[in-house]
Amino acid sequence: MDDRRLENVIGQLLRAGVLISAAVVAAGGILYLAFHRAGLVNYGVFAPAGPDLRTVSGIAHAALHLHGEGLMQAGLVLLILTPVARVALAAFGFALERDRLFTLVSLIVLAILVFSLMHAA
Amino acid sequence: MLQIERLAAEGVSDLEFELHADSHLIHFRRVSFDAMSSLEFTLIVWALSALAGFLGALTGLGGGVVVIPALTLALGVDMKYAIGASLVSVIASSSGAAAAYVREGFSNIRIGMFLEIATTLGAIAGAFLAGRVSTHALAIVFGIVLIHAAVTSLLQPSGAAPPIDSDRLGKLLRLGGGYPAAGGAREEYGVRNVPAGFGLMFGAGALSGLLGIGSGAVKVLAMDRVMRIPFKVSTTTSNFMIGVTAAAGAGVYLSRGYIDPRVAMPVMLGVLVGALLGTRVLVRTRVRTLRIVFGIVILALAVEMIVNGITGRI
Repeated sequence: MDDRRLENVIGQLLRAGVLISAAVVAAGGILYLAFHRAGLVNYGVFAPAGPDLRTVSGIAHAALHLHGEGLMQAGLVLLILTPVARVALAAFGFALERDRLFTLVSLIVLAILVFSLMHAA
Repeated sequence: MLQIERLAAEGVSDLEFELHADSHLIHFRRVSFDAMSSLEFTLIVWALSALAGFLGALTGLGGGVVVIPALTLALGVDMKYAIGASLVSVIASSSGAAAAYVREGFSNIRIGMFLEIATTLGAIAGAFLAGRVSTHALAIVFGIVLIHAAVTSLLQPSGAAPPIDSDRLGKLLRLGGGYPAAGGAREEYGVRNVPAGFGLMFGAGALSGLLGIGSGAVKVLAMDRVMRIPFKVSTTTSNFMIGVTAAAGAGVYLSRGYIDPRVAMPVMLGVLVGALLGTRVLVRTRVRTLRIVFGIVILALAVEMIVNGITGRI
Protein backbone atom coordinates (compact mmCIF):
# COMPACT_ATOMS: atom_id res chain seq x y z
CA MET A 1 0.00 0.00 0.00
CA ASP A 2 1.37 3.45 -0.91
CA ASP A 3 0.26 6.92 0.18
CA ARG A 4 -2.01 7.42 -2.83
CA ARG A 5 -3.93 4.22 -2.23
CA LEU A 6 -4.18 4.97 1.46
CA GLU A 7 -5.61 8.39 0.61
CA ASN A 8 -8.23 6.80 -1.64
CA VAL A 9 -9.34 4.30 1.00
CA ILE A 10 -9.50 7.11 3.58
CA GLY A 11 -11.59 9.23 1.22
CA GLN A 12 -14.10 6.43 0.75
CA LEU A 13 -14.27 5.77 4.49
CA LEU A 14 -14.99 9.43 5.21
CA ARG A 15 -17.75 9.60 2.62
CA ALA A 16 -19.37 6.39 3.86
CA GLY A 17 -19.20 7.58 7.48
CA VAL A 18 -20.83 10.91 6.68
CA LEU A 19 -23.59 9.35 4.57
CA ILE A 20 -24.43 6.65 7.14
CA SER A 21 -24.50 9.09 10.05
CA ALA A 22 -26.58 11.60 8.06
CA ALA A 23 -29.08 8.83 7.27
CA VAL A 24 -29.34 7.84 10.95
CA VAL A 25 -29.69 11.49 12.04
CA ALA A 26 -32.40 12.06 9.40
CA ALA A 27 -34.29 8.91 10.47
CA GLY A 28 -34.13 10.03 14.09
CA GLY A 29 -35.25 13.51 13.06
CA ILE A 30 -38.31 12.17 11.24
CA LEU A 31 -39.18 10.02 14.24
CA TYR A 32 -38.70 12.96 16.62
CA LEU A 33 -40.80 15.34 14.51
CA ALA A 34 -43.51 12.73 14.04
CA PHE A 35 -44.14 12.79 17.79
CA HIS A 36 -43.10 16.31 18.78
CA ARG A 37 -43.67 18.51 15.72
CA ALA A 38 -46.22 20.75 17.40
CA GLY A 39 -44.42 21.01 20.75
CA LEU A 40 -43.09 24.48 21.51
CA VAL A 41 -39.34 24.81 21.84
CA ASN A 42 -37.02 27.29 23.50
CA TYR A 43 -33.27 26.87 23.61
CA GLY A 44 -32.56 30.26 25.14
CA VAL A 45 -31.35 28.85 28.45
CA PHE A 46 -28.75 26.10 28.58
CA ALA A 47 -29.87 23.00 30.46
CA PRO A 48 -27.67 19.98 29.72
CA ALA A 49 -29.50 16.88 28.53
CA GLY A 50 -29.81 13.80 30.74
CA PRO A 51 -27.29 10.94 30.67
CA ASP A 52 -29.35 9.12 28.02
CA LEU A 53 -28.16 11.76 25.52
CA ARG A 54 -24.69 12.37 26.94
CA THR A 55 -23.13 8.95 27.45
CA VAL A 56 -22.45 6.43 24.71
CA SER A 57 -24.29 3.64 26.57
CA GLY A 58 -27.29 5.89 27.24
CA ILE A 59 -27.44 7.02 23.62
CA ALA A 60 -27.15 3.44 22.32
CA HIS A 61 -29.96 2.36 24.65
CA ALA A 62 -32.26 5.21 23.58
CA ALA A 63 -31.48 4.65 19.90
CA LEU A 64 -32.18 0.91 20.05
CA HIS A 65 -35.56 1.69 21.54
CA LEU A 66 -36.21 3.91 18.51
CA HIS A 67 -36.40 6.98 20.66
CA GLY A 68 -36.21 9.88 18.16
CA GLU A 69 -33.79 12.03 20.10
CA GLY A 70 -31.64 9.02 20.96
CA LEU A 71 -31.48 7.96 17.32
CA MET A 72 -30.48 11.47 16.20
CA GLN A 73 -27.79 11.55 18.87
CA ALA A 74 -26.58 8.07 17.81
CA GLY A 75 -26.16 9.39 14.28
CA LEU A 76 -24.17 12.33 15.62
CA VAL A 77 -21.95 9.96 17.61
CA LEU A 78 -21.34 7.94 14.41
CA LEU A 79 -20.37 11.21 12.76
CA ILE A 80 -17.92 12.01 15.57
CA LEU A 81 -16.46 8.51 15.24
CA THR A 82 -15.86 8.91 11.48
CA PRO A 83 -12.64 10.95 11.82
CA VAL A 84 -11.55 8.61 14.62
CA ALA A 85 -11.93 5.64 12.25
CA ARG A 86 -10.00 7.64 9.65
CA VAL A 87 -7.05 8.04 12.04
CA ALA A 88 -7.15 4.35 12.98
CA LEU A 89 -7.15 3.42 9.30
CA ALA A 90 -4.21 5.73 8.62
CA ALA A 91 -2.26 4.12 11.49
CA PHE A 92 -2.94 0.71 9.93
CA GLY A 93 -1.97 1.96 6.48
CA PHE A 94 1.31 3.48 7.68
CA ALA A 95 2.07 0.22 9.51
CA LEU A 96 1.59 -1.68 6.25
CA GLU A 97 3.95 0.79 4.57
CA ARG A 98 6.42 -0.01 7.39
CA ASP A 99 6.56 3.67 8.17
CA ARG A 100 7.24 3.50 11.91
CA LEU A 101 7.38 7.24 12.47
CA PHE A 102 3.95 7.91 10.99
CA THR A 103 2.39 4.81 12.52
CA LEU A 104 3.46 6.30 15.85
CA VAL A 105 2.19 9.77 14.91
CA SER A 106 -1.20 8.29 13.95
CA LEU A 107 -1.40 6.27 17.17
CA ILE A 108 -0.69 9.40 19.24
CA VAL A 109 -3.55 11.24 17.52
CA LEU A 110 -5.78 8.18 18.01
CA ALA A 111 -4.91 8.09 21.73
CA ILE A 112 -5.80 11.78 22.12
CA LEU A 113 -9.15 11.22 20.37
CA VAL A 114 -9.94 8.17 22.50
CA PHE A 115 -9.05 10.16 25.63
CA SER A 116 -11.53 12.87 24.58
CA LEU A 117 -14.28 10.36 23.83
CA MET A 118 -13.70 8.51 27.12
CA HIS A 119 -15.40 11.47 28.78
CA ALA A 120 -18.60 10.49 27.06
CA ALA A 121 -18.19 6.77 27.74
CA MET B 1 -32.96 45.86 33.76
CA LEU B 2 -35.86 45.67 36.16
CA GLN B 3 -38.27 45.98 33.32
CA ILE B 4 -36.51 43.22 31.42
CA GLU B 5 -36.64 40.90 34.39
CA ARG B 6 -40.31 41.64 34.79
CA LEU B 7 -40.93 40.89 31.12
CA ALA B 8 -38.95 37.69 31.41
CA ALA B 9 -40.96 36.70 34.45
CA GLU B 10 -44.09 37.21 32.40
CA GLY B 11 -42.70 34.91 29.76
CA VAL B 12 -42.26 37.58 27.13
CA SER B 13 -39.56 36.48 24.72
CA ASP B 14 -39.29 39.48 22.44
CA LEU B 15 -36.82 41.20 24.71
CA GLU B 16 -34.69 42.21 21.80
CA PHE B 17 -37.13 44.89 20.78
CA GLU B 18 -36.87 46.48 24.20
CA LEU B 19 -33.13 46.04 24.42
CA HIS B 20 -32.34 47.41 21.01
CA ALA B 21 -34.56 50.44 21.16
CA ASP B 22 -31.57 52.56 22.18
CA SER B 23 -29.22 51.17 19.60
CA HIS B 24 -28.38 52.47 16.15
CA LEU B 25 -26.96 49.18 14.96
CA ILE B 26 -28.90 47.09 12.52
CA HIS B 27 -29.95 44.05 14.48
CA PHE B 28 -31.33 40.70 13.62
CA ARG B 29 -34.92 40.78 14.74
CA ARG B 30 -35.45 37.94 17.09
CA VAL B 31 -38.50 35.96 16.11
CA SER B 32 -41.01 35.30 18.80
CA PHE B 33 -39.16 32.29 20.06
CA ASP B 34 -41.55 30.94 22.64
CA ALA B 35 -44.22 30.62 20.01
CA MET B 36 -42.12 28.45 17.72
CA SER B 37 -42.99 24.80 17.30
CA SER B 38 -40.26 22.21 16.93
CA LEU B 39 -41.23 21.68 13.29
CA GLU B 40 -40.90 25.40 12.52
CA PHE B 41 -37.61 25.57 14.41
CA THR B 42 -36.24 22.53 12.56
CA LEU B 43 -37.19 23.89 9.12
CA ILE B 44 -35.87 27.40 9.77
CA VAL B 45 -32.59 26.13 11.22
CA TRP B 46 -32.24 23.63 8.37
CA ALA B 47 -32.69 26.34 5.73
CA LEU B 48 -30.31 28.77 7.46
CA SER B 49 -27.73 26.00 7.87
CA ALA B 50 -28.01 24.94 4.23
CA LEU B 51 -27.34 28.53 3.18
CA ALA B 52 -24.45 28.78 5.64
CA GLY B 53 -22.96 25.49 4.41
CA PHE B 54 -23.32 26.57 0.79
CA LEU B 55 -21.63 29.94 1.30
CA GLY B 56 -19.08 28.39 3.64
CA ALA B 57 -18.03 25.84 1.05
CA LEU B 58 -17.88 28.39 -1.78
CA THR B 59 -15.68 30.74 0.19
CA GLY B 60 -13.67 28.15 2.10
CA LEU B 61 -14.65 29.61 5.45
CA GLY B 62 -16.89 26.73 6.53
CA GLY B 63 -20.47 26.86 7.73
CA GLY B 64 -19.86 27.39 11.45
CA VAL B 65 -18.98 31.04 11.10
CA VAL B 66 -22.51 31.80 9.93
CA VAL B 67 -24.47 29.11 11.78
CA ILE B 68 -23.43 30.30 15.26
CA PRO B 69 -24.46 33.96 14.79
CA ALA B 70 -27.65 32.83 13.04
CA LEU B 71 -28.64 30.55 15.93
CA THR B 72 -27.68 32.93 18.74
CA LEU B 73 -28.58 36.32 17.28
CA ALA B 74 -31.58 35.47 15.12
CA LEU B 75 -33.13 32.55 17.00
CA GLY B 76 -32.04 33.24 20.57
CA VAL B 77 -30.40 29.83 21.02
CA ASP B 78 -27.94 29.61 23.92
CA MET B 79 -24.31 29.87 22.80
CA LYS B 80 -23.48 26.41 24.20
CA TYR B 81 -26.14 24.67 22.08
CA ALA B 82 -25.01 26.72 19.08
CA ILE B 83 -21.34 25.76 19.38
CA GLY B 84 -22.28 22.11 20.00
CA ALA B 85 -24.44 21.97 16.88
CA SER B 86 -21.85 23.84 14.84
CA LEU B 87 -19.00 21.54 15.86
CA VAL B 88 -20.77 18.39 14.67
CA SER B 89 -21.76 20.10 11.41
CA VAL B 90 -18.09 21.00 10.94
CA ILE B 91 -17.20 17.29 11.08
CA ALA B 92 -19.84 16.51 8.44
CA SER B 93 -18.89 19.20 5.94
CA SER B 94 -15.15 18.69 6.37
CA SER B 95 -15.34 14.91 5.99
CA GLY B 96 -17.71 15.20 3.03
CA ALA B 97 -15.38 17.57 1.20
CA ALA B 98 -12.19 15.76 2.27
CA ALA B 99 -13.39 12.64 0.48
CA ALA B 100 -13.23 14.56 -2.79
CA TYR B 101 -9.97 16.37 -2.08
CA VAL B 102 -7.92 13.33 -1.05
CA ARG B 103 -8.92 11.63 -4.28
CA GLU B 104 -7.61 14.59 -6.28
CA GLY B 105 -4.27 14.24 -4.52
CA PHE B 106 -3.89 17.76 -3.15
CA SER B 107 -4.06 17.12 0.57
CA ASN B 108 -0.98 15.76 2.30
CA ILE B 109 -1.98 13.16 4.88
CA ARG B 110 1.47 13.17 6.53
CA ILE B 111 1.42 16.90 7.19
CA GLY B 112 -2.20 16.61 8.29
CA MET B 113 -1.63 13.70 10.64
CA PHE B 114 1.47 15.22 12.24
CA LEU B 115 -0.18 18.59 12.85
CA GLU B 116 -3.30 16.88 14.21
CA ILE B 117 -1.31 16.03 17.34
CA ALA B 118 -1.29 19.78 18.02
CA THR B 119 -4.86 20.54 16.90
CA THR B 120 -6.49 17.69 18.87
CA LEU B 121 -4.64 18.61 22.09
CA GLY B 122 -5.63 22.24 21.50
CA ALA B 123 -9.26 21.26 20.85
CA ILE B 124 -9.54 19.36 24.13
CA ALA B 125 -8.03 22.30 26.01
CA GLY B 126 -10.40 24.70 24.23
CA ALA B 127 -13.47 22.54 24.87
CA PHE B 128 -12.69 22.38 28.59
CA LEU B 129 -12.18 26.13 28.61
CA ALA B 130 -15.56 26.66 26.90
CA GLY B 131 -17.26 25.43 30.05
CA ARG B 132 -15.28 27.83 32.27
CA VAL B 133 -15.64 31.13 30.47
CA SER B 134 -18.86 33.13 30.25
CA THR B 135 -20.89 33.14 27.07
CA HIS B 136 -20.27 36.90 26.84
CA ALA B 137 -16.54 36.24 26.60
CA LEU B 138 -17.18 33.42 24.09
CA ALA B 139 -19.20 35.79 21.92
CA ILE B 140 -16.45 38.42 21.99
CA VAL B 141 -13.67 35.93 21.15
CA PHE B 142 -15.89 34.51 18.42
CA GLY B 143 -16.32 37.98 16.93
CA ILE B 144 -12.56 38.56 16.89
CA VAL B 145 -11.94 35.19 15.21
CA LEU B 146 -14.65 36.05 12.66
CA ILE B 147 -12.89 39.31 11.82
CA HIS B 148 -9.64 37.44 11.27
CA ALA B 149 -11.39 34.87 9.06
CA ALA B 150 -13.12 37.56 7.03
CA VAL B 151 -9.94 39.55 6.50
CA THR B 152 -8.06 36.39 5.49
CA SER B 153 -10.74 35.51 2.96
CA LEU B 154 -10.56 38.99 1.48
CA LEU B 155 -6.80 38.77 1.06
CA GLN B 156 -5.18 36.77 -1.69
CA PRO B 157 -2.83 33.87 -0.96
CA SER B 158 0.74 34.92 -0.13
CA GLY B 159 1.86 34.43 -3.72
CA ALA B 160 5.46 33.76 -2.68
CA ALA B 161 6.81 30.67 -4.43
CA PRO B 162 6.87 27.74 -2.02
CA PRO B 163 10.34 26.31 -1.32
CA ILE B 164 11.35 23.09 -3.05
CA ASP B 165 13.51 21.82 -0.20
CA SER B 166 12.34 21.12 3.33
CA ASP B 167 14.37 22.39 6.26
CA ARG B 168 16.03 19.97 8.68
CA LEU B 169 12.96 19.03 10.73
CA GLY B 170 10.74 18.96 7.65
CA LYS B 171 13.16 16.47 6.07
CA LEU B 172 13.42 14.41 9.24
CA LEU B 173 9.63 14.04 9.36
CA ARG B 174 9.44 13.54 5.56
CA LEU B 175 6.64 16.10 5.31
CA GLY B 176 7.44 17.30 1.79
CA GLY B 177 5.37 16.04 -1.11
CA GLY B 178 3.97 16.78 -4.53
CA TYR B 179 0.64 17.74 -6.02
CA PRO B 180 -0.86 17.65 -9.49
CA ALA B 181 -0.01 20.90 -11.30
CA ALA B 182 -1.36 22.25 -14.57
CA GLY B 183 -0.52 20.06 -17.55
CA GLY B 184 -0.49 16.82 -15.58
CA ALA B 185 2.99 17.34 -14.15
CA ARG B 186 3.63 16.83 -10.47
CA GLU B 187 4.89 19.84 -8.55
CA GLU B 188 7.22 19.06 -5.64
CA TYR B 189 7.33 21.17 -2.49
CA GLY B 190 9.19 21.30 0.80
CA VAL B 191 8.06 22.15 4.32
CA ARG B 192 9.69 24.73 6.63
CA ASN B 193 9.30 26.11 10.16
CA VAL B 194 7.65 23.02 11.60
CA PRO B 195 7.78 24.08 15.31
CA ALA B 196 6.15 27.47 14.65
CA GLY B 197 3.45 25.84 12.51
CA PHE B 198 2.88 23.18 15.17
CA GLY B 199 2.44 25.86 17.85
CA LEU B 200 -0.01 27.83 15.74
CA MET B 201 -1.95 24.61 15.11
CA PHE B 202 -2.39 24.15 18.85
CA GLY B 203 -3.98 27.60 18.87
CA ALA B 204 -6.21 26.69 15.92
CA GLY B 205 -7.35 23.56 17.78
CA ALA B 206 -8.04 25.54 20.95
CA LEU B 207 -10.25 28.00 19.03
CA SER B 208 -12.06 25.09 17.41
CA GLY B 209 -12.81 23.48 20.78
CA LEU B 210 -13.67 26.81 22.41
CA LEU B 211 -16.01 28.09 19.72
CA GLY B 212 -17.29 25.04 17.87
CA ILE B 213 -15.80 26.09 14.55
CA GLY B 214 -13.34 24.48 12.13
CA SER B 215 -10.88 27.40 12.44
CA GLY B 216 -9.71 26.69 8.90
CA ALA B 217 -8.44 30.25 8.47
CA VAL B 218 -5.86 29.80 11.25
CA LYS B 219 -4.87 26.36 9.93
CA VAL B 220 -4.30 27.75 6.45
CA LEU B 221 -2.34 30.65 7.94
CA ALA B 222 -0.05 28.19 9.75
CA MET B 223 0.58 26.06 6.67
CA ASP B 224 0.58 28.62 3.86
CA ARG B 225 2.34 31.56 5.51
CA VAL B 226 4.44 29.93 8.24
CA MET B 227 5.33 26.49 6.92
CA ARG B 228 5.45 27.74 3.32
CA ILE B 229 3.26 24.92 2.01
CA PRO B 230 1.58 25.65 -1.39
CA PHE B 231 -1.82 27.33 -0.98
CA LYS B 232 -3.90 24.62 -2.61
CA VAL B 233 -2.21 21.93 -0.50
CA SER B 234 -2.70 24.09 2.62
CA THR B 235 -6.43 24.62 2.10
CA THR B 236 -7.22 21.00 1.29
CA THR B 237 -5.03 19.63 4.08
CA SER B 238 -6.64 22.12 6.48
CA ASN B 239 -10.07 20.85 5.47
CA PHE B 240 -8.85 17.28 5.97
CA MET B 241 -7.64 18.12 9.50
CA ILE B 242 -10.78 19.99 10.55
CA GLY B 243 -12.84 16.81 11.06
CA VAL B 244 -10.30 15.20 13.39
CA THR B 245 -9.81 18.44 15.33
CA ALA B 246 -13.56 18.86 15.74
CA ALA B 247 -14.00 15.22 16.81
CA ALA B 248 -11.56 15.82 19.69
CA GLY B 249 -13.61 18.77 20.93
CA ALA B 250 -16.91 16.97 20.28
CA GLY B 251 -16.12 14.22 22.81
CA VAL B 252 -15.94 16.85 25.55
CA TYR B 253 -19.01 18.69 24.21
CA LEU B 254 -21.04 15.47 24.18
CA SER B 255 -20.31 14.66 27.81
CA ARG B 256 -21.11 18.24 28.83
CA GLY B 257 -24.49 18.15 27.09
CA TYR B 258 -23.64 20.89 24.55
CA ILE B 259 -24.77 18.64 21.72
CA ASP B 260 -28.55 18.74 21.80
CA PRO B 261 -29.82 16.54 18.94
CA ARG B 262 -32.92 18.70 18.47
CA VAL B 263 -30.68 21.64 17.56
CA ALA B 264 -27.79 19.72 16.01
CA MET B 265 -29.96 17.61 13.67
CA PRO B 266 -31.19 20.42 11.39
CA VAL B 267 -27.82 22.18 11.58
CA MET B 268 -25.84 19.09 10.59
CA LEU B 269 -28.20 18.03 7.79
CA GLY B 270 -28.50 21.58 6.48
CA VAL B 271 -24.80 22.38 6.49
CA LEU B 272 -24.03 19.03 4.87
CA VAL B 273 -26.48 19.54 2.00
CA GLY B 274 -25.33 23.14 1.53
CA ALA B 275 -21.65 22.19 1.58
CA LEU B 276 -22.12 19.36 -0.93
CA LEU B 277 -23.93 21.75 -3.29
CA GLY B 278 -21.27 24.38 -2.68
CA THR B 279 -18.39 22.10 -3.62
CA ARG B 280 -20.25 21.13 -6.82
CA VAL B 281 -20.76 24.74 -7.83
CA LEU B 282 -17.26 25.79 -6.77
CA VAL B 283 -15.60 24.85 -10.04
CA ARG B 284 -18.04 26.84 -12.14
CA THR B 285 -18.37 30.03 -10.16
CA ARG B 286 -16.34 33.17 -10.03
CA VAL B 287 -15.56 33.12 -6.36
CA ARG B 288 -13.80 36.46 -5.99
CA THR B 289 -16.91 38.66 -5.84
CA LEU B 290 -18.67 36.22 -3.57
CA ARG B 291 -15.72 36.17 -1.19
CA ILE B 292 -15.88 39.93 -0.88
CA VAL B 293 -19.62 39.93 -0.22
CA PHE B 294 -19.33 37.06 2.25
CA GLY B 295 -16.35 38.70 3.93
CA ILE B 296 -18.39 41.86 4.51
CA VAL B 297 -21.35 39.85 5.85
CA ILE B 298 -19.03 38.10 8.27
CA LEU B 299 -17.48 41.37 9.38
CA ALA B 300 -20.97 42.65 10.18
CA LEU B 301 -21.78 39.48 12.11
CA ALA B 302 -18.48 39.81 13.97
CA VAL B 303 -19.29 43.35 15.11
CA GLU B 304 -22.76 42.17 16.08
CA MET B 305 -21.36 39.32 18.19
CA ILE B 306 -18.80 41.55 19.91
CA VAL B 307 -21.35 44.26 20.69
CA ASN B 308 -23.81 41.68 22.03
CA GLY B 309 -21.05 40.03 24.05
CA ILE B 310 -19.88 43.30 25.61
CA THR B 311 -23.38 44.47 26.45
CA GLY B 312 -24.23 41.05 27.89
CA ARG B 313 -27.05 40.25 25.49
CA ILE B 314 -25.53 36.90 24.54
